[in-house]
Amino acid sequence: MDNLQELLHGFTIAVTVPHLVLMAIGVLLGILVGVLPGLGAPNGVSLLLPLTFGMQPVSAIILLSSMYWGALFGGSVTSILFNIPGEPSSVATTFDGYPMARDGRPTTALATAFGSAAFGALVGVILITFLASWVAQVALAFGPPEYFAVYFLAFASFVGMGGAAPIKTVVALAIGFAIAAIGIDTVSGSVRLTMGIDELVKGVNFVVAVMGLFGIGELLVAVEEEFHARAVSSKIDWGEVFRAVARLPRHGVALLRSAAIGCWMGITPGGPTAASFMSYGIARRFSRRGRYFGTGEVEGIISPETADHAAGTSALLPMLSLGIPGSATAAVMMGGLMIWGLNPGPMLFVDQKDFVWGLIASMYVGNIVAVALVLLTVPVFAALMRIPFVVIAPLIVIICVVGAYSVSNSYLDVVMMLGFGIVGYLFKKLFYPLAPLVLAIVIGDKAEDAFRQSMLMSKGSLGIFFANGLVTSLVIAGIALLLLPLALQLTRPWRKPAPPTAETTSQEKVII
Amino acid sequence: MGRTSTFLLSAAAALLAGTMPALAAWQPQKPIEFVATAGPGGGTDNLARAVQNIITKYKLTDQPIVVVNKGGGSGAEGYVYGKASAGDPYKVIFGTSNAWQQPLVSKVAFNYTDLTPIAAMAQDEFLLWVKQDAPYKTAGDYLKAAASSEFKMGGAQSKDTDEVLTRMIEKIGHVKLTYIPFKSGAEAAVQLAGGHIDSHVNNPSESLGQWRGGTQRPLCAFSPKRLPQGAKITATEGWSDVPTCVEQGLDIKQYEQPRTVWLPGKVTPDQAAFYVDLMKKVQATPEWKDYIEKTSQVDTFLTGADFDKFIKEDLEHLRQVASEQGWLVK
Repeated sequence: MDNLQELLHGFTIAVTVPHLVLMAIGVLLGILVGVLPGLGAPNGVSLLLPLTFGMQPVSAIILLSSMYWGALFGGSVTSILFNIPGEPSSVATTFDGYPMARDGRPTTALATAFGSAAFGALVGVILITFLASWVAQVALAFGPPEYFAVYFLAFASFVGMGGAAPIKTVVALAIGFAIAAIGIDTVSGSVRLTMGIDELVKGVNFVVAVMGLFGIGELLVAVEEEFHARAVSSKIDWGEVFRAVARLPRHGVALLRSAAIGCWMGITPGGPTAASFMSYGIARRFSRRGRYFGTGEVEGIISPETADHAAGTSALLPMLSLGIPGSATAAVMMGGLMIWGLNPGPMLFVDQKDFVWGLIASMYVGNIVAVALVLLTVPVFAALMRIPFVVIAPLIVIICVVGAYSVSNSYLDVVMMLGFGIVGYLFKKLFYPLAPLVLAIVIGDKAEDAFRQSMLMSKGSLGIFFANGLVTSLVIAGIALLLLPLALQLTRPWRKPAPPTAETTSQEKVII
Repeated sequence: MGRTSTFLLSAAAALLAGTMPALAAWQPQKPIEFVATAGPGGGTDNLARAVQNIITKYKLTDQPIVVVNKGGGSGAEGYVYGKASAGDPYKVIFGTSNAWQQPLVSKVAFNYTDLTPIAAMAQDEFLLWVKQDAPYKTAGDYLKAAASSEFKMGGAQSKDTDEVLTRMIEKIGHVKLTYIPFKSGAEAAVQLAGGHIDSHVNNPSESLGQWRGGTQRPLCAFSPKRLPQGAKITATEGWSDVPTCVEQGLDIKQYEQPRTVWLPGKVTPDQAAFYVDLMKKVQATPEWKDYIEKTSQVDTFLTGADFDKFIKEDLEHLRQVASEQGWLVK
């Protein structure tokens, strides 16, 4: 129980008045950058970084990590209210969060999201506290073949467990892979698919794609179908905030399952994005109300949010113990660590105990501060839904344009964002799922790099994916998921009359 | 405001520049953009932010400075942006030797001649790293072991500095290495710690933590003389205890990566002179020394004809390696 003692020592560092004040400031700034278009956690943290140079390292990291928690929560706000995810990992939250908010229950949606996010983060921190050294070892076991196997598993779980027709999922994934391939290729160093446009050498930014696909795409569908029915009369109801949080324990199974998926994907380098998608896909398959997913189901919000935050939190551990930044934000923080004179790596836990355990303790306290602050803001944000559609629609366009432009001050990004808007609209009209497309854009190039690195290592033999127990079991699980739809199809004649398939149920289910 | 800031500026200049010529003829009139050709947290980004902080702290110019990251396409995004901003003296591009190396080996839409060179500040060293428990103690042992079995060498990016150095080791050490490109040196370091590759050639700052943590150790430094004495990294050793590769029979005398500063093309000589002067002032501060020491780099300053000569020599050398490997584009 050494760790417990260290943790208690950490609390004595984290729970002091100046540090609590820093946490509150960090969280509020974080919520602000999370909600504002195009800012996001990495930019927020790098803007704040120069201010921390004069601080104690532990105070500095508390400020920055609190900002990170705040931004994660803030990012869910726009996902739920406007269908515009601010971070890759909050895409899955839009699937049920947005329909629920549109149904007139924005308070419930936000409070549920925040409550389950806090639960996920808490599980993640507990994991870090007790399994720090073991977790660091697990991450070391991951070479290129293992990385590829994890990504493969994430893609396969979509084909096997996603709600849409498997073949449509595969098509969406393939389009995503093609988009992810644009730009400079890591393995050969050459430029691919830039179609003569010099600027495309940087590749397609995720934010640009998602703002178009979700924000603009949804807007186009709404304009066509139901544009008068959008103003929602939601009362500012403080009680509902607490009732929604109090209802969470009823979904205990979903919470625990999602937290487990999140932690697993956070430690193995799958990351929060893959975690939230996988958790959503698995929940839809196993939840009693899985067939209603996509129409504003509570568990459809709980699953991705819990997994996202569990993964996001436990992913900080490899950064501290191995020096691998798990996300852009973690990379900026690592830059900060170096400037403060600390070196991320295995020795941080030995040399800088005050820093490490102060940070871990601050994760407990910081998340509690964050969740308290965001829950207080829920009614304010929910009130935004009362603004009529004619006012909110131009606002969404402005948010998307400004957001796309501010990614790298480029007009090309704005044009691409609008292009993605049309793609998003077509996908919805043709019942193609957007989620696999986004997942492939985000982790497609990583999966490709890992595959080709493995091929370099094995001189072209696929045997490297069956070389040890870890990679073999991951690959076999992936293949099994991939073949699941096929197996169900084949066994159908022997079973009772087929349940309604994706095509025949409500359209809203299919577009997810 | 005009008078106060001019006063501050001249005061600061007088204080810092000492014997340097008085204010350059051209002065910036609006905010300056520092373009880091790397993502947040990378070496180039750290440099841009360190310079920004020093300039802000000493008020070396009265215009605000913002750092933007354009690291897409291994930095090509930032250089292409610089090319597109021809004639705009308010964009300062921070990069590495990438600026002239990348156009040689991959079809990117810029060349270093599209930019105005300002200076090369700080050189990053390269070392040969192996896993802590590897049996070989010297570069000689390593080469002997590599001759009998094919080793996997990891590195950042493809056809970039790390791979060029790997090919040089192959040629001079008479061995065959399988080069595995990763996104960054930090990733390669983790792969080495996990035993998935046999070695890498990271910069000191990229693997400092792992050395101290006892997961990997440097065999030798690709430098003409041993690295400067600093604080001890492990219980017994510091950078100056790492032998040079030449000492150990791997005859690569010098291999370094300069950090470079550029303006877009078609700026006036006055404007370029202002930034050369500005960078000189930055380099004279204690904060700069501190930055160099913390990142274990070598403090250099090349500008004008010296910088040009350096680029030409480096290009000549790369062209040779690249043509042997069949990397040259067109």
